[in-house]
Amino acid sequence: MKPFTYERVTSLQQAVNAAANSPGARFIAGGTNLLDLMKLEIEVPQHLIDVNGLSLDAITPTEDGGLRIGAMVRNTDLAAAPQVRRDYAVLSKALLAGASGQLRNKATTAGNLLQRTRCAYFYDTNQPCNKRRPGAGCSAIGGASRQQAIIGVSDACIASHPSDMAVAMRALGARVETLNSDGQVRTIDLTDLYSAPGATPHIENILNNGELITAVTLPKPLRGEHIYYKVRDRASYAFALVSVAAIVLPDRTGQLALGGVAYKPWRSEEAEAYLPDGAEAVTTHLLAGANPTAQNAFKIKLAERTIGLALSIAPS
Amino acid sequence: MPPPSSPTAPGAGFELSRRQVLIGTAGTAVTAALAKVHDAQAVAHTKSAPQSPPGTHVAFTLNERRVALDVDNRTTLLDALRERLHLTGTKKGCDHGQCGACTVIVEGRRINACLTLAVMHEGDSITTIEGLGTPDNLHPLQAAFIKHDGYQCGYCTPGQICSAVAMLEEIKAGIPSHVSSDLIAGSPVTAAEIRERMSGNICRCGAYSNIVDAIQEIAGGEA
Repeated sequence: MKPFTYERVTSLQQAVNAAANSPGARFIAGGTNLLDLMKLEIEVPQHLIDVNGLSLDAITPTEDGGLRIGAMVRNTDLAAAPQVRRDYAVLSKALLAGASGQLRNKATTAGNLLQRTRCAYFYDTNQPCNKRRPGAGCSAIGGASRQQAIIGVSDACIASHPSDMAVAMRALGARVETLNSDGQVRTIDLTDLYSAPGATPHIENILNNGELITAVTLPKPLRGEHIYYKVRDRASYAFALVSVAAIVLPDRTGQLALGGVAYKPWRSEEAEAYLPDGAEAVTTHLLAGANPTAQNAFKIKLAERTIGLALSIAPS
Repeated sequence: MPPPSSPTAPGAGFELSRRQVLIGTAGTAVTAALAKVHDAQAVAHTKSAPQSPPGTHVAFTLNERRVALDVDNRTTLLDALRERLHLTGTKKGCDHGQCGACTVIVEGRRINACLTLAVMHEGDSITTIEGLGTPDNLHPLQAAFIKHDGYQCGYCTPGQICSAVAMLEEIKAGIPSHVSSDLIAGSPVTAAEIRERMSGNICRCGAYSNIVDAIQEIAGGEA
């Protein structure tokens, strides 16, 4: 690990000022992904700003009947929060399908959103990777790609986003609140937070340098069947090959997002219009334009069948 | 290079423990490597004084004892426990949060000590396997692991036991799991619940069924 300076901050202004004043800085909260990458020297911050002292750990109702989740709410606490279990069960289920008990106790809401891909070539510093070193080449294309993305990919990168939590949040229509160093607050639809790999896969989101996520907001709860199905190579503690977060209403309409298939949770409101027609119709539209490798083309059929399973248990 | 003295390891001199032999051997190799690097740097930068890497003072409560130390910022909680505070019960397995051998209990919650920095624990209360029980006064779960033969090589055992102690508290607190059939109602301590909730602790020897038996006996006794 490279040496770095460290400071603890206790106010939002202090946090964003610290980031503005040190260009090589990173915020650290749970640290479960950042520290892992620092050990491998894939992340090499010169300064760490510990934001654990910020009081961003509340879950509160919003004015329009939704929920505001503080950026520092731990995954365990979010999954177990009574109002999340009751009104946003898809989110509890997604969180509980992710990582291990130890990691969920540390991992935070904002950190989970910004965690980096688990592409094995991104982690292996002996292999070329356009995310780690722009222009170096992509080892996953033509390499072992079973776990990689099938849609939204580019010639430079086929990495998938590993989060389960984000998939449920996207299905629910979540928005992200941030604070910039100039004091400006902005709200970003979760789907707009992530940048497509294109020719610049090292740029993963639209946040400015030093911009801090302060909360995630969810709209009013949907009183349908909340479903999260995750298909993976082990029964527990493994990343998704394909996951489906769905809220299906009694009239067979609903909202649905896929995990494990793209650089971000994959949802299409246009495809959701086909929900009453069944899984095949939804998948055809949701994954139109998919560009899988020979090793992960199975994910298209797997997505269709997992969506089919979700629809089969929803009330008719 | 002589092995470093350790207050917890009696019988220095000719009665070297396996740990001391390993430390001594590794130390020799590192010394040789550093000498080589030092020579090379001496040619290139004869005038620059070596700078110590940035560090921070941190104080926390460890097994009900107050501890304060200055650490290189890069020191993980795991390395601080083992290398600075000489509590080697907590094990380093993968050092990447994948195996659970380093599980300790911080502020009542189980975490991977390898994926957190020591400096991030100012004021925290930390319990390691050494704080749960002693050879003369075993924690009930330690006794249950012995009774049920819940290990073979024993390397993952401290992490398994710390994890299980905190995991049973999570069930009591009503925290659901991936296999809970009802998110709201809370879960009984079934084998399926234990397996899912303990999936962050890997046992390379494969003592899983005995580990589940040990945990279930304690959970049954407490219920």
